[in-house]
Amino acid sequence: MTERVVRIYPLFERFWHWAQAALVLLLLFTGFGLRGLHGLLRFDVAVALHTTAAVLLIILWIFAIFWHLTTGTWRHYVPTTDGLFKVARFYAYGIFKGERHPYRKAYWRKHNPLQALSYLGLKLVLFPTIWLTGLAYLTYGAWDSRPGAPSVLEIVATVHVLTAYAIAAFIIIHVYLLTTGHSFAEHVRPMITGYDKVELTPAEEAYLEADEPGRIRSRP
Amino acid sequence: MRTMTLTRMLRLVTGLMLLVLVGLPASAETLGVTTSRSDQAHAGRSGGTADHSKFEVLQKDFKSGPEVTAACLTCHTEASRQVMDSIHWTWKFEHGKTGQTLGKSRVMNSFCGNVAANEPRCTSCHAGYGWTKMSEGPPKAADRVDCMVCHDRSGTYSKLEDNAGHPPLSPLAPGSKTITGAMASLFDIAKAAQSVGLPGRENCGQCHFYGGGGDNVKHGDLSSALVAPTKAVDVHMAKEGLNFACSNCHVSRHHQWPGSRYDVQAKDEIGTGKPGERRDVATCESCHGIVPHKAVTLKATKLNDHVERVACQSCHIPSFARGGVATKTKWDLSTAGQLKDGKPFHVDDFIQSDGQRLHTYLSTKGTFEWGENVKPHYAWFDGQMRYTLADQKIDPSRTVELNSFKGSGNDPRSRIWPFKRMQGRQAYDTKLLNLVHNQVFGPETDTAFWTNFDYTKSIKAAMDYVGQPYSGEFGFVDTYMYWPITHMVAPKGDALACNECHGKAGRLAGVTGVYLPGAHPMSLADILGLLLLFATAGGVLVHTGLRFVTSRGGQRHD
Repeated sequence: MTERVVRIYPLFERFWHWAQAALVLLLLFTGFGLRGLHGLLRFDVAVALHTTAAVLLIILWIFAIFWHLTTGTWRHYVPTTDGLFKVARFYAYGIFKGERHPYRKAYWRKHNPLQALSYLGLKLVLFPTIWLTGLAYLTYGAWDSRPGAPSVLEIVATVHVLTAYAIAAFIIIHVYLLTTGHSFAEHVRPMITGYDKVELTPAEEAYLEADEPGRIRSRP
Repeated sequence: MRTMTLTRMLRLVTGLMLLVLVGLPASAETLGVTTSRSDQAHAGRSGGTADHSKFEVLQKDFKSGPEVTAACLTCHTEASRQVMDSIHWTWKFEHGKTGQTLGKSRVMNSFCGNVAANEPRCTSCHAGYGWTKMSEGPPKAADRVDCMVCHDRSGTYSKLEDNAGHPPLSPLAPGSKTITGAMASLFDIAKAAQSVGLPGRENCGQCHFYGGGGDNVKHGDLSSALVAPTKAVDVHMAKEGLNFACSNCHVSRHHQWPGSRYDVQAKDEIGTGKPGERRDVATCESCHGIVPHKAVTLKATKLNDHVERVACQSCHIPSFARGGVATKTKWDLSTAGQLKDGKPFHVDDFIQSDGQRLHTYLSTKGTFEWGENVKPHYAWFDGQMRYTLADQKIDPSRTVELNSFKGSGNDPRSRIWPFKRMQGRQAYDTKLLNLVHNQVFGPETDTAFWTNFDYTKSIKAAMDYVGQPYSGEFGFVDTYMYWPITHMVAPKGDALACNECHGKAGRLAGVTGVYLPGAHPMSLADILGLLLLFATAGGVLVHTGLRFVTSRGGQRHD
């Protein structure tokens, strides 16, 4: 096993990440406005921005799902218990003792097990929930005459809002964890340049050197 | 070169002359169109093909209203029968959906209270001549229908304020007033009879703008400001705009009009109907359709979603009593009867925007409050008005609703409507627990309140008159009366902004059963959500703190 600098985040993934980040932040900001938690935007402006951002995000997700499936990168998110406890123990205890982070990025495992699990939860639970409730809300006009529609709308809206808060909590932790271990900048850089240090098997290293030399930096 | 210029000039002059010649009749035509446009719009009808001044039957020295009506009936053979079938005549409304018998002859109100026992004053606005006793019903003879009050276009016809519907005729008592409160004057009856036409706003307005005893006192959205309103006051009736007559929306058929306040169409799901179809309803949707916001934008789509639950009027009539005429918002009858040196007096403490001082106390009527540009009261409304009639038990420990309605977010027929909520305080029987009739008018009697200032006598006289049991003991109870607001539609630029409702302490703060984002910040979901955020942030802070305390947390993980 050798550690090499490899482009692990291709251009689309980086675009997806940052576009999603911007849209989610815009959705949170406009969403808080719509809930009346701040008055920085006119209501109709907030509705227009929120809806436009939501539609763009859904389109982005459609592309991202397609990308995950066709490139096989969905495998990064398959949950595993291998090393999960060690990582959890590190954040809860080891980090205070100055221990080394127990996880090494691998070519087909660029997230640590805890990270992968939380991203999977975000992608399979929180995002679909907010997406479906949002669409139900947006298309209320199509089902508003059904019996009990006002109560159902209130439930839909409440679930949507609670999910939004959960996503906001995710963002807080997500950003905070960038401060652990490496410096903040070192954590963010791979998502900008695409390159990060990864443990490669000899086979992976040989493959990249031979077939995808652009993805692997030469040894210093 | 010079020749060329001359030829050109000649051509130009010829051209100009031709233009003038052709243009003259064209501009005359344009003028003609403009003139006819100054007439009010009546749902596409022009007013017919007859010049009434040429009818011999109308060239008489008429001495009374019924004589004119008799002349009208020689051609308009069915007119009286049609009018006599209408609520304008019967003042009676059998409410099929609630089973109540309503109408002016029956209901109680929070203004002068009741019609029975006050006939010649109240029936001055009856569409007929000589209804002097409620219990006997309106007059039976066909010539008792008052054609001119609705159809006179000379602007000279009016009705006396206290003569059961008759116009001012010779001999006219000095100081006589008309139903609009103006000084009455003798007029040329024949001229009025010869200048009949389709009713204009000022015709309907003589009664409907002055309900409750003065300009805009009763409705709040029907005042003399609508005779010649600006667009800002009423976008439909604006003289310089669409110039709608009342009947442009309240389309008539056989002298019957849609637009009942007892049985309101709170939600119209048919809209414009089939192409060319005539719909006898006075709803906004009958012209604007059920998808009224036409732009292909997200905002228009969202607003169209609102139509299902919010009446058009709720957003498009941002306030009522606009145009400089105030409406009474509170009327306390319990304070009436105070005298100064044995004489009735008045206090005029409300100053209207035009500078006019309005009564805030009258010995005859009690204490008033007024409002201009009043924000409506909003509520779910299913369109069905139920009345607290004089023979119904009331609970005097609570504010009695003189009329009430149902409606909720779960009732698909209901929508959120704007109302004028009139506050009243009026007499009731403290033993039998029902509202009581009161005799206010009767200058020659020793019982009428406006002359004698004694409720003991005036209530007794009225209760005897209507033949309803009365214990002889009365008190005063707070009342509410609801007037659906539907006129004074503002230009679209003046419609309510979203945050008027979707904001803290918004206009619909008191309305439940509807999900209204932004109206209730810090609901349970927000509290739970913010707790989650604070807990997360707290966890992060504690974690950071521990890393600093152990001062090794910053160590690299590689």
